Amino acid sequence: MTFSIPERFKFIDPHAHMSSRTTDDYAAMREAGVVAVIEPAFWWGQPRTSVGSFQDYFSSLVGWERFRASQFGIRHYCTMGLNSKEANNEDLAEAVMELLPIYAAKEGVVAIGEIGYDDMTALEERYFCRQLELAKELDMLVMVHTPHRDKKAGTKRSMDRCLEFGLKPSQVIMDHNNEETVEDVLSRGFWAAFTIYPNTKMGNARMVEVVRQYGSDRIIVDSSADWGVSDPLAVPKTAMLMLERGIPEEQIHDVCYRNALKAYGQSGQFNEEDWLNPAPIDQRQVFSGNSVLRGQKPQVEQPSHNPDLVLIE
Amino acid sequence: MDNLHGIRNFLHSCLRRQLSESDLSWLEQQQATISETLKDTLFFTTFSRLPQHVGKQDLLPTDIERQAAQQLRKGWVLDDWSVDQVARAWLLLGLPWEQDAERSHRWLQLSFTHGDVAELVALYQCLPLLPFPEHHVRRAAEGIRSNMTAVFNAVALANPYPAEYFDDVAWNQLVVKALFVGTPLHPIQGFDRRLNPQLSQMLTDYAHERWAAGRSVNPELWRGVALFATAEHQSDVQRLLTSANPLERDAGALVCMDSPEPTVRALLTPYPKQRQRIQSGQLSWATLYRSITFSDVASAAA
Repeated sequence: MTFSIPERFKFIDPHAHMSSRTTDDYAAMREAGVVAVIEPAFWWGQPRTSVGSFQDYFSSLVGWERFRASQFGIRHYCTMGLNSKEANNEDLAEAVMELLPIYAAKEGVVAIGEIGYDDMTALEERYFCRQLELAKELDMLVMVHTPHRDKKAGTKRSMDRCLEFGLKPSQVIMDHNNEETVEDVLSRGFWAAFTIYPNTKMGNARMVEVVRQYGSDRIIVDSSADWGVSDPLAVPKTAMLMLERGIPEEQIHDVCYRNALKAYGQSGQFNEEDWLNPAPIDQRQVFSGNSVLRGQKPQVEQPSHNPDLVLIE
Repeated sequence: MDNLHGIRNFLHSCLRRQLSESDLSWLEQQQATISETLKDTLFFTTFSRLPQHVGKQDLLPTDIERQAAQQLRKGWVLDDWSVDQVARAWLLLGLPWEQDAERSHRWLQLSFTHGDVAELVALYQCLPLLPFPEHHVRRAAEGIRSNMTAVFNAVALANPYPAEYFDDVAWNQLVVKALFVGTPLHPIQGFDRRLNPQLSQMLTDYAHERWAAGRSVNPELWRGVALFATAEHQSDVQRLLTSANPLERDAGALVCMDSPEPTVRALLTPYPKQRQRIQSGQLSWATLYRSITFSDVASAAA
């Protein structure tokens, strides 16, 4: 199937690790109709060895990466958290926990996440719980990364913990679901996000069938595009596959835009107005990027990369 | 420090004009608790969260506020400030600068370390207002290195701090980087006062490099060259005067008028109309700046 997207579609990718992606990806995403992304704090593909690495990473999520996205007309948000893998380094984890309240308060931070289990060790358990406690204290949403291994049990246990710490299911987005977990997550009232990611997570043909079976209520599609083999256009591509395979447009709009807006909009930090009608100061700072002058049209960078062209200017 | 109180009172009066009573009292209450408890996390989170309470609308200063700002701090331009920036400045200036300067500096530095885009802009805008201005030179130079144009602009444009405190090395980097990132030169304060021969040479080299690559050059660049133009600049100026781009022709004429170098001045002789436009005030570096569309320059520079 060829891939072209009707003008009327716009998308949110509520899980994309843009720091690992190129400007060509940003340009392609904007071209495909992606207007906003959420970048969850996660690990780097190899463990960090000092808290300074976390600090600079967190700063870049609310600084350079936010600015970089804006140059391509994409509004960038993030979640802050200590990922489960690195929770296993206790000294480091303690130091990161001290940073979290400061970064959690930043503008555009929509949740504590992605947190949860990896190997389901005692340390993972401890820092997952500590972060749920923090979310409750700060009245924040939670984005849960469900584990790759022992997924079904890990998903169930994650939801149990969230409830134990006083979070409402509507405040928790359970991510990386599949056919085995979706029923439990939806029936308990949580948001069910699906990551379209080749080989290890969901394929989008399977995603079409999930929506056909369960409808569009509280279901969210994302890419989790990162430094691995992944696809930053997973959301628009999945929408087009749904369209081709007869899923009603309203439902496509729900799972590829509206539900992410509803779920993360509860934070008060994620509003459609931000990209449809940004405040003048935001236009000057992050949506024109190249001038503080009033009344200028936001300038959007063009893709530098055209695979059909040999010429570089 | 007297000025600190004056500026702080003035910021408070701007907030009073803009904010509802409940939002203002929220901010005042936060500040009072910070002063009392000296809890760093409370300061940082208040600094971060305050746009949710005070909003992000433009300040739209009155003429009286504009003049008051200039009287309190020469070169302080309020025009592009938003209300959350005013609130952030008020909070920063409310740190215990007199009683506990060490803590105030530490908190200020940490605010920079974990600042988000909008916070960094607010912080850099505040540099000329803060006590101990000579302590912030390295920080300001760091702002000039930023890759975020909005942050760079907060230091470089409409800000009296760099012209007052930068040495020539940092100053020249500021000007050349402004060209490089496609930001206008006219809003840089103290531009003419800080011109120097080395900058003139750097700008000339930069223009040649751009021309060699077939790229455009912000014609404001030549304002930084004019005063130190030498006989060797004749061919550059000639190229400007005969350019297909009217803005470059204007820049060439302005260089001839500004330059003390007779061979460069003489190049304007065939263009009496241009001379007349300059003498009548119809053409100046300011009018040239207003004629430039900077988004074009920016994409050319990217």
